Amino acid sequence: MKEKILTNVRIIDPSQKMDEIGNIVIDEKGKIKSIGKKLGTSKSVEKIDLKGLVAIPGLVDMKAFVGEPGFEYKENFRTLSQAALAGGVTSIVTMPNTKPVIDNVSMVDFIIRRGRDKAKVNLFPCASITRQREGNQMTEFGLLKARGIIGFSDVNKTIQNSELMSRIMNYASDIDVLIMQHAEDYELAKNSCINQGEVATRLGLQGVSDIAEKIIIERDLSLLSEFPCRYHINQISSKNSLNVIKKNKSNGIKFSTGVSINNLSLNQNDIGEFRTFLKLSPPLRSEEDRLSLIEGIKNDLINVIVSDHIPEDEESKRLPFAQAATGSIGIETLLSLSLELYHNESLPLEKIIKCLTINPAKILKIDKGSLKEGSDADICIFDLEKPWVVKAEELKSKSKNTAIENRRLQGKVKMTLLQGEVAYSN
Amino acid sequence: MATTKKVSAIKNTPKHLLGIQNLSVLEAKEILTEAKSFIKLNRGSSKKLDVLRGKTQINLFFEPSTRTQSSFDLAGKRLGADVMTMNMGNSALKKGETLIDTAMTLNAMHPDIIVIRHQDSGAPNLLSQKVNCTVINAGDGRREHPTQALLDALTIINRKGNIEGLKIAICGDILHSRVARSNIYLMNMLGAEVNVIAPKTLMPKGIDYLGVKSFTDMKKGLDGCDIVMMLRLQNERMQGSFLPSKREYYEFFGLTPEKLKFAKKDALLMHPGPMNRGVEIDTKLADDINVSLVKEQVELGVAVRMACLKLYCK
Repeated sequence: MKEKILTNVRIIDPSQKMDEIGNIVIDEKGKIKSIGKKLGTSKSVEKIDLKGLVAIPGLVDMKAFVGEPGFEYKENFRTLSQAALAGGVTSIVTMPNTKPVIDNVSMVDFIIRRGRDKAKVNLFPCASITRQREGNQMTEFGLLKARGIIGFSDVNKTIQNSELMSRIMNYASDIDVLIMQHAEDYELAKNSCINQGEVATRLGLQGVSDIAEKIIIERDLSLLSEFPCRYHINQISSKNSLNVIKKNKSNGIKFSTGVSINNLSLNQNDIGEFRTFLKLSPPLRSEEDRLSLIEGIKNDLINVIVSDHIPEDEESKRLPFAQAATGSIGIETLLSLSLELYHNESLPLEKIIKCLTINPAKILKIDKGSLKEGSDADICIFDLEKPWVVKAEELKSKSKNTAIENRRLQGKVKMTLLQGEVAYSN
Repeated sequence: MATTKKVSAIKNTPKHLLGIQNLSVLEAKEILTEAKSFIKLNRGSSKKLDVLRGKTQINLFFEPSTRTQSSFDLAGKRLGADVMTMNMGNSALKKGETLIDTAMTLNAMHPDIIVIRHQDSGAPNLLSQKVNCTVINAGDGRREHPTQALLDALTIINRKGNIEGLKIAICGDILHSRVARSNIYLMNMLGAEVNVIAPKTLMPKGIDYLGVKSFTDMKKGLDGCDIVMMLRLQNERMQGSFLPSKREYYEFFGLTPEKLKFAKKDALLMHPGPMNRGVEIDTKLADDINVSLVKEQVELGVAVRMACLKLYCK
């Protein structure tokens, strides 16, 4: 690979508190050689003029589902990485709710090998916290970590058993692994498919109160004060939960939190007349909740924005709402939809990018999400102003269940570099 | 008021009857006016018309039903349609067939109307997106039961002359009731004031947004009411414990002659059936023809369904 220089580009890198127009020099090994206003040209350099565009570290998406193994008809490594790169995402934390579940060492070897062969992005696989995600017995944290597991998550399942949760935290604290919890009390959430309230009442659907989320967060944070470990709440969805988080953070409890871009950009009214693509977990809640989540990001109560990319085929969505599968795709639209929050003046640009790059990288303890000299040249280059309309059939995911079909967005990825190579451009 | 011979509100709008929520006042009134004309016919000796001759009506019932199903059955037949009733039970689901697949199969047989009852809220909406014929909702989950509300309205109009200005109480298992929801929308639309009365555990969150006053006390909730609609405790939809016991429920929420006195003197009693005697309603009261409109509701149900079939079928 030849040395490359990206010129005249607005560089926003929250890890260096940088927002300036300058150049990025990438060396032969695909690392950042220098960044900023200084221009280290030599003759053999490949020059790419990016005037009018923005360069940020490649996005780190902390929650995406890749269909392999078991659900290849929904998504595979190849299609997921194509979608990711088109969305400026260069690092993906993949969920273990595959078939079979990633809960043992041989499965880890399989997906790492498979990902390396088929995917063109950096993959960071998660294993499940409990075997088969059944919430009974913890997996081999130590062995799995040694084989390359980045964190542990039962994805859309919650450890209900408090004793087990305390042991998980206690054990995890000793070997420095990241536990990612989906916060939902099963009994309170039983048979529910939507937020409790007016919309649920009108649609005649079983609603779930936000207390189902809050109660698990409260329990876990109580346990965490006893057994401090690396603990992350995958997706917060309500104002009530944020109040608990605020209280605990001010009491000095250390943990991190995430939110799905869907919960930041949509509310329960968007479900309209049974739009199953907006059946999500945690569910879309009220506008008040949505606004509080934005405040949560402003106040650093929420650290990460995830796509919560869940590809589902048409068959599992074309059912009555209560029976339909949960989740929507979103990795390709993650950045553009996040930029909507900048354009509508909900959040500063730097904050949004922080939640998509350096914050998740720090939580995961990976060397990504930054354009510091010496780091991998994983770079997302986008046009901040470009208007476009989301069309499901144009998205690269194998499944087309986007929650934001026909949404008019502003800001689109122009080019994605992976270790210095142009992996996507349009 | 519009009749079909003049300008029809329904003929110019989407062809499905999915819920009262999607109905305009004009449309609702048009159905009621049309239904009135069938009351007499149904009481006469010659009941057959040929309005729907040559049309095929499929009753697709995924949930067991006695009165709604037979009512739609009769209504279709009296209008001259060929009626086929399919009791799906869980058989189709057990074989792994989805609602859409079933619908597509039936659609291939070119029906003109599908009447659907389904345990999932929104199932008729989904169906209506996939078939070419008229879809009429005969009850979906806990969302809507539009023809029940329409027949309730017709029953009230038949007795009281008008709905505007009346005060109507709906009591019982509001949480699980599609009848309650459809009635709330329709009675509000027709100008009545609606109270809902239920124990807190059977009162859905956000019900006030639907335009009702909610009560947990029968005495307060029934005060000044012209119509008292009792609802069945839907035990089959209840998962887990909502109430301490049926006995306690009857004590506080069961309608007895004493409790009925909280309402207006000439208050009338309605119930969509089937009744749990001694649970939500005193058995003698239920049969008291001076107070109870239950039989009339069933009778007028056929007229209302005839009107719906006639107006919605293209």
